[in-house]
Amino acid sequence: MNTLPNRLILQKYLRHNVHFPHIWCPGCGNGIFLGALLRAIERTGYHRDQIVLVGGIGCIGRATSYVDFNTVHTAHGRALPFATGIKAANPALKVIAIMGDGDAVAIGGNHLIHACRRNIDVTALVVNNFNYGMTGGQMSPTTPEGARTPTSPGGSIEEPFHIADLAACAGASFSARATTFHVREMESLIFKALSRDGFSMVEVISSCPAHYGANNGAKTPVEMMRWQKEYSVPVDKAAALSPEERKKMIITGIIAEREVPGWTEKYRATLDGKREK
Amino acid sequence: MEGPQAVLLQGNEAVARGALYAGMSFFAGYPITPSTEIAELLSGLLPEEGGVFIQMEDEIASLGACLGASLAGAKAMTATSGPGFSLMQELIGFGSGAEIPVVIVDVMRLGPSTGVPTSPSQGDVMQARWGTHGDHPIIALTADSVAECFEMTVRAFNFSELYRVPVILLIDEIIGHLREKVTLPAAGELAVKNRAAPEMPPEWYEPYAGASNGVPPMSALGGGYRHNVTGLLHDKMGLPTSDPEVIRASTDRLFDKMRRGFGDICLTEEYLCDDAETILISYGSPARSAREAVDALRAEGMKAGLLKLKTLWPFPRAALERFAGKAQRMVVCEMNRGQVYRETLRVGRGRWEVGKVLAPYGELFTPEKIARAVRGGGK
Repeated sequence: MNTLPNRLILQKYLRHNVHFPHIWCPGCGNGIFLGALLRAIERTGYHRDQIVLVGGIGCIGRATSYVDFNTVHTAHGRALPFATGIKAANPALKVIAIMGDGDAVAIGGNHLIHACRRNIDVTALVVNNFNYGMTGGQMSPTTPEGARTPTSPGGSIEEPFHIADLAACAGASFSARATTFHVREMESLIFKALSRDGFSMVEVISSCPAHYGANNGAKTPVEMMRWQKEYSVPVDKAAALSPEERKKMIITGIIAEREVPGWTEKYRATLDGKREK
Repeated sequence: MEGPQAVLLQGNEAVARGALYAGMSFFAGYPITPSTEIAELLSGLLPEEGGVFIQMEDEIASLGACLGASLAGAKAMTATSGPGFSLMQELIGFGSGAEIPVVIVDVMRLGPSTGVPTSPSQGDVMQARWGTHGDHPIIALTADSVAECFEMTVRAFNFSELYRVPVILLIDEIIGHLREKVTLPAAGELAVKNRAAPEMPPEWYEPYAGASNGVPPMSALGGGYRHNVTGLLHDKMGLPTSDPEVIRASTDRLFDKMRRGFGDICLTEEYLCDDAETILISYGSPARSAREAVDALRAEGMKAGLLKLKTLWPFPRAALERFAGKAQRMVVCEMNRGQVYRETLRVGRGRWEVGKVLAPYGELFTPEKIARAVRGGGK
């Protein structure tokens, strides 16, 4: 259903005349993600008036104000509570929450697991660049063990979260992982997530050459992309890896998918039940 | 339809029923004593009316969901007590800055921290005004009876919708749990207000340009008036800015829209104040004790009166100033260590003596205690 050329899709949805230039650094993966998101939205056929894009605070949170949908740029970590209220109040809207790794699994971690458990019909897109880019590259809950950042100068001693797996464990109806290198696969997974009821999530592994890369031996965008390419393994092939090998790799594809009714459908059923009484 | 019937209701129940009367269609909350009955009642009543009840994972999420629902066009409310109210402060600021109508009920209990969950307090007065960071407008209302819980909840929604501002309803545990016979207003008896919607073509819509009253018309998400909502300081299109001149215009408007409404918003009630030399100032359950104390003092020949505050923020300065040069003394009766007392000193600027009778330890406020203190000078 992708009728418009890619170039025109960007023109169609960007608030290019009112809110540019953007704040993202050269080599940042956010633009690649945003392009894929806009193409996936175009493929769904939703009218832009039906789409609500909810963002948190952080580099990727700014994406909300760059695009011409109903956009809500919330407080740090709180995109999912807002998205939950919006969807529950008006189930006709397609609600998409865009978060970074700190936003989604540090300050907003409690909201994330409960949105998964509740299976509220929201698509969460978590752009994971392994650090707090906006504030200068500090350690985040996804920073790999051993990685150096301004707040882990000797290398992180903590185990990172694997966001898509966390969402799968917490009950999301759809959970997937993609990278900004595998851009067509990312677009396809976002499209699948948008096409579902219940809570759907795509974790997008992204590049932050300005901070994370600079602190960890990958100063250029190309080096970061090469790392994404070399360390990615599709989920079916990852099954053969040892636990130690899996820790080093980015496992891409659909992590979990289950056919269960979303929150809004179940809530509507309880309303119908009350009316029949 | 049957006429109005007297019912036995608890304050918290009256809040829930007042919210439904005002047109609330969304409630998100997290259980906390002494506010829990509000959520319990609404979990049954709201779905019956086609509305949404959702129990969230904490109070931050509860207010976040309410703000989202309000942006989607619903009248939304949450209810909590001190510890939960503390957690909500961040998003109260968001609601103030992004001008999102929402009602937050805080059934106050003794603090700080977990405090005494079942003991009454009025310790959240200053937190309601200044709990969230930055300069911001806010409205906070109170109630001193079950009937007033109903009335002030309706007013809270009306102010919230008309001024596009979070409204906090501060009731103390005594009023929240008090059961009284009340006659609920019939449909249409109390005014119910709704936010103004944009009428211009979508391409002309400036979401944060104030109308003639300073309040921008508000479009529900999905209503065809696509725009950006943000907690960043923003221009009239809702887009982020750090330009001090743009910020001056947008921030000044937030305060101006409230200032224009002071006459509507600042609600007080006077009892025997016209010739009073000593005026008790009180709100919530202590106001009932203060009223009895006034009767006792009048019986002894003292010219005492009661100024009951129904609105705490914006502080009803004009209602106090009316007595400058007439009353010599104001005595504030409240269940904290003097939060409205200090405000009364500030507003008085030496034009009247200010005394206080306080009950900050979770104890009941007896009329005798107030009368005794006023007789003795009330300091």
